[in-house]
Parts: sequence; structure tokens; C-alpha cells
Amino acid sequence: MPDQHPAASANSRFEPRIIAFFCNWCTYLAADLAGTSRMKYAPNTRVIRVMCSGRIDPQFVLDAFAHGADGVLIGGCHPGDCHYQEGNYKTLRRVHLLKRLLQDMGIEEERFRLEWISAAEGDRVRAVIDDMVEKVRALGPLNLNIAALEMSAEEVTV
Amino acid sequence: MPEPTNSPAAEKREAVRVGIYVCHCGTNIAGTVDVKAVAEYAAGLRDVVVSREYKYMCSDPGQTLIQQDISDHKLNRVVVASCSPLLHEPTFRRALERAGINAFFLQFVNIREHVSWVHLDKAASTAKAKDLVRAAVRRVALHKPLQRRQVPIDPRVLVVGGGIAGIHASLTLAEAGKQVFLVEREPTIGGHMAMFDKTFPTLDCAACILTPKMTAVGSHPRIKLWTYSEVVKVEGYVGNYKVTVKHKPRYVIDDLCIGCQECIAACVFKEGKTPDEFNLGLSKRKPVYMPFPQAVPQKVVIDPQTCIEFKSGKCKKTCIEACGDRHAIDFKQQETFEEIEVGTIILATGFKTFDPRRYTDYGYGRHPNVYTSLEVERLINASGPTGGEVVMRDGNKPKSVGIIHCVGSRDRNTNRWCSKVCCMYSLKLAHLVKERTGAEVFNFYLDMRTPGKGYEEFYDRLLDEGVHFVRGLVFEISDFAAHPSEEGKLVLRVEDTLGGFVRRIPVDMVILAVGLEPQANAQDVRRLFNISCASEGWFLERHPKLAPVSTFTEGVFIAGACQGPKDIPESVAQAGAAAAEALALIDKQVVELEPYTASIREEECSGCKSCVPLCPYGAISFLVDKKKAAINEVLCKGCGTCVAGCPSGSITQNFFEDEEIFEEIEGVLTYA
Repeated sequence: MPDQHPAASANSRFEPRIIAFFCNWCTYLAADLAGTSRMKYAPNTRVIRVMCSGRIDPQFVLDAFAHGADGVLIGGCHPGDCHYQEGNYKTLRRVHLLKRLLQDMGIEEERFRLEWISAAEGDRVRAVIDDMVEKVRALGPLNLNIAALEMSAEEVTV
Repeated sequence: MPEPTNSPAAEKREAVRVGIYVCHCGTNIAGTVDVKAVAEYAAGLRDVVVSREYKYMCSDPGQTLIQQDISDHKLNRVVVASCSPLLHEPTFRRALERAGINAFFLQFVNIREHVSWVHLDKAASTAKAKDLVRAAVRRVALHKPLQRRQVPIDPRVLVVGGGIAGIHASLTLAEAGKQVFLVEREPTIGGHMAMFDKTFPTLDCAACILTPKMTAVGSHPRIKLWTYSEVVKVEGYVGNYKVTVKHKPRYVIDDLCIGCQECIAACVFKEGKTPDEFNLGLSKRKPVYMPFPQAVPQKVVIDPQTCIEFKSGKCKKTCIEACGDRHAIDFKQQETFEEIEVGTIILATGFKTFDPRRYTDYGYGRHPNVYTSLEVERLINASGPTGGEVVMRDGNKPKSVGIIHCVGSRDRNTNRWCSKVCCMYSLKLAHLVKERTGAEVFNFYLDMRTPGKGYEEFYDRLLDEGVHFVRGLVFEISDFAAHPSEEGKLVLRVEDTLGGFVRRIPVDMVILAVGLEPQANAQDVRRLFNISCASEGWFLERHPKLAPVSTFTEGVFIAGACQGPKDIPESVAQAGAAAAEALALIDKQVVELEPYTASIREEECSGCKSCVPLCPYGAISFLVDKKKAAINEVLCKGCGTCVAGCPSGSITQNFFEDEEIFEEIEGVLTYA
């Protein structure tokens, strides 16, 4: 776990760190399009590319939060447009479950987001990232009490 | 915080030697990211042996630098931080291969499209680039050598759309010795070009240059032409597509109809009663008809919506009598489906014209003498409804004609794009209308756009011919006469932006230069072929400059106006390019597929079967004897959905292994 948030010392506003998982065929391309169109958005996201949003294991999201992400964004193809026919429906299913789990862990709803963004929607990448950064910034850093969570996990396993 | 050295991933590693290469991309990256700082920072990361920055990493010297370092420093992993992996990942993978190490020991970091081009703050951009490079260094250590799968390519090609682009692509491929299937949804090929009389700027007769090509398609031994047919299903992957084509019933047996058209003459309808589609409703046709005289194939069609036999079953069926012992008419014909196998696909599905009813102030459909440009193309056409006479609905020649440019183009309320061809075809129509009627012709334009060989010269010629040009947007067409001279005329109200005043110009006939739009079913077609559309609905090319006819789906190419507004020369050029791309694939005989497939570690599989229904390709089967799941690598397309869904974590995906992604997540989030 990080002991100090990088923005905390800068004596400025809080800069959230957001991990974005983008699928190779729609949202990653949309982010590329935002780049080639020179759209400007907040520099707080770090994109991790997967072939399909269906590849995103809920553990990736948990791992990101556990290692200091203040927010996690998943970007996939619109329903019906998945490059692999229906991977995004599987994502949707998992995200619904995962949202409840995150809620139980005390992670605010705005910190975890699923967006369908097609390869043509560069502007939507910009809008979604800017919006999410603002919302997470308003929430402040994620102070996940890992120790408490581990304890409760032990209780469950006993 | 120090990086964890005791992670399980770290223990089982060989001696990893990483080289880092940060690209300036001229000033594209270096203008916003402090590339030197990124390279210096990366030099201090674990496993990093050498870290460099260079002006253009993708250039020959840049790639040579990497290859030299691989041999000098015995590098076994490489991280390149430059543009999008979709642009240059293949370039650097080849460089690794040339240096003798596995191509997949590369990790690519996108610090241009995802960093320097989208952020303004240099410090924040540099920090983001460092984070991404750090994650890549941690991830690349876990990369395994992978081999691409080679699969053979079926040399047959499917071309969808029988306009000039589809025709040209089909002929090029067939001449090169390849078997082509050309599928067209209308009863004839020819597309929009077949409707024109003349083409700009040379005033070539469209039929003279198109119909020989249409005939060549119809008779070519290597082209299987299927008109009145549609593609309904596409399965498979590059080199090995399985396509299902639906043949709509013509109610005429293709092989038996000789195109004599005696059935049309014999039809119980003495006169046509149905608006003729090919003439845009400017003439009437019978229930049994030939789309147009030069149609290919020369086979008639029966329209079940208007044929009395279909409606009541009580027709005298004089058509069958006329057909006689040819027995070509079959009222019981059903739609049929045919499955074909092809290796590559070219989409040339074209465009539709803008419906000017959306501009209510122009009164199209209300004022009978307001026409679309396509309708006037039919009026001018020698084989059109008036035999080439430009006459209005009352049969009189117009004495004055107004041509309004940019109808459904360059307008925030409808389509924002310039349709590219309207200025030139409006000039062509102005010339032809003036030539045939001697009318006064007014062009109402916003800007004259005539780039192209001989185009500006054609505009100059029109200026000399005495055609009037008024710069400004017509905001109303009315039949309200404010003066006796306007009686019975259409009054165009326009702001003359060069004169600086509003004018009323009465004319007999108005031509709306309608713009080009994506086909109404473009979204369905793109889903069918698994490609993308740009936001306007045009098919999306792989790269606007370097791969204009390729798509993100390997083996599927696009040509002509389905990709965006285009004139005939450009459509033909693209069709040739798409054919060449297909030929390049075919002649290579094998295609290499990315090795991102999933596999099951049998010893860890609990046999729960939860992965089996997750696979959309049916690649996962359950081995009953072993009580384990197994993945068929040939069918797997590498989405990774089963990997994320496996409760025991026994499925792995090449290049996207759990550990690799965890390293990337943690690498990005480690505060340095």
C-alpha cells in the first residue's frame, strides 16, 4: 500500500489515480481517436489494454483498489457491438455483482464505472474521464482499511 | 515505497535484461512529455540494463539501435514507449525478431495518443509516462515466448455491393485468377453510376464506360454474380470465412430466363402502375419488369406486392403463356440460402442520397417542380423516363432553373460533412440542363469546392457559358407570387452574400443538390462483418492515411462511398486498392494469427463446466472421461472471457496472463 499519496504533498488539490481497463477494439481505439483528434482531458487515468472487456477479472478491479487506485473505469464495446460477439454482456454480468461487493467493502459507487464507448467516440472518452476524475476528486482519496478487510476475511474462513 | 522483491512472480524468473526505448516522435511526444526524464527514470528500474530516448524510434536508425542493443547488451526484453500499439507494435516486434529474440518479449507503451496528445501539463504527462513505463517493465519480465499460428488462406473472395467499386474490385480479382462471389441486393448491378447520363468533368457517357464492365462481370468465368441476394451471416476469421447468402425470390428462374421480356409485354397490366424504383418514381412499371434496359443480369423480376397472381391467385397468367416452353416463371419460388467459403471480403456497399423532405422550407414533395439531383440525372439520361428530355411534370421545358447546393451537407441540423461530389455534379447538371433546354440556370452555392484533375477548369468553363452563380443559402422556396412576373413560378429567397442583400429569384424548376449519406442499414452491415463505423455512420478504415481500405477486422476491406463521400475516380481507385490488399493476403497463402488464445491447465481444472457456455465460438468442450474442460485452439479467438470467468483460475490467455496484468496494475500504482 502506498504510504503517501503523490498529490498530498504537492499542497494542491487532490489528484485521483484511476485505472482504466479498455478493450482493444472499441474503447482503446476511441482513446486513440481522442489522441489523434488532440482532445484534452485530465491526466489521471492509466489505461491497461485487454483484448475484450470480458477478459477483465473482478480480481483485477479489487487488486487495483487494494494497491491504491482511487477509481476503476472499464470501457467496452456497446451492447451488440462486441468484437467477440458477447464478451461485453459477460462483463456487464460481472460488474453488477462486483458493484455490490465493492459497496459492502465501503467503496463508493462513483469509484467504479463501466462505460460502453465505441471506436468512433473519442469525445466520449474525454467526457467520461473528465467526469469521473471530478467525481472521484470530490470523494477524496480511497482510504481502504485493508487490515480490517483482512480480519473480516479471516472471520469468514474460520 | 520499495518494489516488492519477494513476489512469487519475481522468484521464478530467469535473468531478465530489459532495454527501454522512449520515442520523441519529433515533437509529438517530446513537446509534452519530458522524454529524457522518462528514460533516465526508467534506467533506475529493476532489470533495466539500458534506457534510451531517440527522435524517431520507428525509423530505420531507431530500429537498428534496438537490434544493436539486443546483441551488445544481451537484452531479452524490450519496452518501447511511443505511439499506439495498433500503429507500431508490429514494427517493433519485427525488429525483435530480426535481432533473434521472440517478438512477444516486447511491451509497447502508448505515450502519444494516450498521453502527449491529450494532456497539456508537462509535469503530469511526464509522471503518467513514467507510471506506464514502470508498469511495462514489470509486466515484460513475465512475458513468455509465443509463436503465431499459421493458417491457410482460402483464395476465394466475397465482394458485397455491385456498384462501380464492387464491379471494379471483382473484375480486378477475377482477372488475377481468383474466384469472386459478387453479392448485390438489387436485381441488377450498376449502382448509382448506372443512373447517370454523363460524368464530370469530362462529360463521359456513364453508360459507355460502365455497361461494358457490367457485362464483363456478368460473363466472367471466375465471377459468380448473385443479384437480388444479401449476406445474412458471416462466421470465421481471416482466410477462412464462412458466409451465408440469401437469394430473394425473383419468381423467375435465372438459368431459364433469356431476357426476351415478352412476359412484360404480355402482362395483364396494359400500362405500368407502380412507381419505377430505378427511375425514382418518375415513370411507372408493371409487376413484371426489367430494372433498366442495360441491366445485368438480363433477367426479369416479378414484384409480389403488385402482381395480381400473388394478390388474388386469379390472374390469367399471360406472362407464363408468353414465356411458353422456356418455363422461366415460377410463382412458387422461395427464398434460398447458400453457404460459401471465402478467405477475404470486400465491402463496397455505397451510399444513399439525403432525403430533402427534412428541409420543409424547400417544399420537396409539395412543389411538383422541385427535384432532387438524382431525379434530374434520370431526366437527362437518354434511357430515362423522358428519353433524355429535360421536362417538368407538366411536360414543358423549364425556362429558368435554380440549383441549390449543399442540401443535407455542411449543416449542423442534418449532416455536418461536405459530400464532396455535389459542387461538381451541380456544375455538370447546370451545363447539361442549359445545353438541352437553353434555360437560364442559377447555382446557389456556399463555397465552390472543385479540387481534382480538370475540375476547376470545368468550373471556369461554366462561368464562361453564362450560368449564374449566386453565393448564399436559399432559405425558402415558395409558390407565392409577390409580383405578376412571379405568377406560376417557384420563388427562391436567398441572401446574396456577395451582393449583400436578399434576393427573390423566380424559376420554373428547382434542383436540390442532395448530399451523400451512409446506407440506411450501414449499422446492420457493420455488425454482420464485425467492423466499425465512424460517428457519422461511414465504415471506419484502419488508418485514414496508411490503411484506407483496411478495417480492424483482418481480411475485411472497404472500398468506395461506404467509407465516406467519394466520386467515381476515387471509388475505382479504392476498389483497386482493396483488390490489391486482398491479393496480397491470398498470394501469401498463409496468414499469421496473433497467439492470444486461451488454454486450460488440466491439473488445476475442477471440471465445473462454467467456462463452457461462456465461449461464443463453441471452442470449449468438456472431456467427459477426464472430467476436465478443453479449449480448441483453432476455434479460440482470444477474447479471454473464459479466463476471467474460471473460478479455479486454471485458464490462461497468452500475452494476457493474470500475473502479467496484475504486474501491470501494481506497476502503474506503485509510487516511485
